[in-house]
Amino acid sequence: MTTLVQSLGDGVVIARRNLLKVKRVPDLIFFSILSPIMFVLLFGYVFGGSIEIPGMSYREFLMAGIFAQTVMFGASFTGAGLAEDIQKGVIDRFRSLPMARSAVLVGRTTSDLVNNIMVITVMSLTGLAVGWRVHSSFWSAAAGFALLMLFAYAFSWGMAIVGLLVPSPEVFSNASFMFIFPLSFLANTFARTETFPAPLRVFAEWNPVSSITQAVRELFGNTGPQPPTAWPLQHAVLASLLWIAILLAVFVPLAIRQYKRAAAR
Amino acid sequence: MADAIVAEGLTKRYGSVVALDGLDLAVPEGTVMGLLGPNGAGKTTSVRVFTTLLEPDSGTARVAGLDVRSDAVELRRRIGLSGQYAAVDEYLTGFENLDMVGRLYHLGRTASRDRARELLEVFDLVEAADRMVKGYSGGMRRRLDLAASLVARPSVLFLDEPTTGLDPRSRMGMWDVIAELVAGGTTLLLTTQYLEEADRLADRIAVIDHGRVIALGTADQLKDQVGGERLELTVRQASDLALARSALAGVAISEITVDGHQLTVPVSGGASVLVEAIRLLDAEAVKVRDVGLRRPTLDDVFLALTGHAASSSEVSR
Ligand SMILES: Nc1ncnc2c1ncn2[C@@H]1O[C@H](COP(=O)(O)OP(=O)(O)O)[C@@H](O)[C@H]1O
Ligand SMILES: [Mg+2]
Repeated sequence: MTTLVQSLGDGVVIARRNLLKVKRVPDLIFFSILSPIMFVLLFGYVFGGSIEIPGMSYREFLMAGIFAQTVMFGASFTGAGLAEDIQKGVIDRFRSLPMARSAVLVGRTTSDLVNNIMVITVMSLTGLAVGWRVHSSFWSAAAGFALLMLFAYAFSWGMAIVGLLVPSPEVFSNASFMFIFPLSFLANTFARTETFPAPLRVFAEWNPVSSITQAVRELFGNTGPQPPTAWPLQHAVLASLLWIAILLAVFVPLAIRQYKRAAAR
Repeated sequence: MADAIVAEGLTKRYGSVVALDGLDLAVPEGTVMGLLGPNGAGKTTSVRVFTTLLEPDSGTARVAGLDVRSDAVELRRRIGLSGQYAAVDEYLTGFENLDMVGRLYHLGRTASRDRARELLEVFDLVEAADRMVKGYSGGMRRRLDLAASLVARPSVLFLDEPTTGLDPRSRMGMWDVIAELVAGGTTLLLTTQYLEEADRLADRIAVIDHGRVIALGTADQLKDQVGGERLELTVRQASDLALARSALAGVAISEITVDGHQLTVPVSGGASVLVEAIRLLDAEAVKVRDVGLRRPTLDDVFLALTGHAASSSEVSR
């Protein structure tokens, strides 16, 4: 019991340290807010005109997809931060201290969750400004945001593994794009999967990002009249929760294992 | 006296690179061991093994009586580490850095803060305490990093090249700080590429090359081991050369060489030989301009031990 309290305490110390950095280098959070806003404008006003979503406005359809992609980019901060800490030797110091082995990762994923909450708040306001509306109840919408954050948290642990594996922070940013781009574009985020060619369509239907996006659309009341045909999208909330559980079960132990081996390079 | 640090047959390979090749070492409690070697010799790797950051492929290591593999958790409570590059957080202030380390040692809130202020005082960082480390000079970062390694008053301290990259002035300052520190009885393992630094700070020096200890002893012992101690004598008048030469034949251990007005006499026995030589010269009334005992530098030691100069095995990184 005391060990658990102690490791949570260590996690809080680390999370506070990370958030201090966000406060002192506000450019970081500024740009992570700016780029999704640009995406909203780009897709909403430029590409959106050529993407047909039967029975609803494209901007309503788009928002859940942009939210999902945004939290993925937000979660990639976890890996970038770890790669930088390894390079600076900070991880070596932490590993030589009698602190919990999970604390650096728990602290990091937690502080990145806080960042993501800030970013999604600003995004929601942008969405409202361009005509997006929630058509469900308050509690349903709250559940939608909670689901997004659970997914962000789980994805953070995956990005932690990448951040601990790459040789430098520069390599991390390229490596993380290789995960985030296919996962966030080969999905129902920006277009209906029904329009994709067969192999991509299967990938998109079983992509966890699609389940999350679909679940959030349902919870916000942003779905069109045409229901999806694939199982993970028909039972999107259940599929999302399953995916989140699987991601956490796989990523958390792998990340902690990799942390124990991490070395300054 | 018990040994605070013990290594037996440590090995570590990185692919085809052998970083540690059967390293043996013992550091008695309360003493300073200098681990001296060129870049790539295996200094950092051994420090990483002692501080539980890296598991050796084989061999055993104990620090403060605790095994680096099986007692790692307890071991971390007893040690302090200041790595080769200052591992301080750029975006925190000096105070916040030390406070954070205290919290992670579980000193508690008040004790962490008090200790942080105390160390800032000791390391002359009070004025910079509430500024972000980003604006600190290299010397200030190094001092802060050293302070961080002392937060929990460790009984065994590891400093990996604490003055590398510092300008000569900051280096001297750092030496003073470290010398003061070990006067308090902390066991210290210090790695360095600077022969002068090991000579100045360490009680004993382990010369390390290609992952193993190739010589061990006090700076003086190492110099003696290489031999090459010599008396250098300059006479006023060339006519005195022959006289001086015969006078000193008794203390020379091999051929005396002459170069201009200077005689070089290989000797052994240190300062007492010098006294004896001056007595002999005085008895013969040789007019001496200058006389001195030249001992080999640690650079000479390295050359003699490894067959190459300390710097020539440097690997570009
Ligand atoms: N993580 C690593 N991966 C591959 N080789 C390494 C790694 N760390 C150290 N080495 C190699 O091991 C040898 C010893 O390195 P190190 O202990 O850092 O030497 P020193 O600290 O004395 O300069 C060097 O040849 C170095 O290149
Ligand atoms: Mg080194």
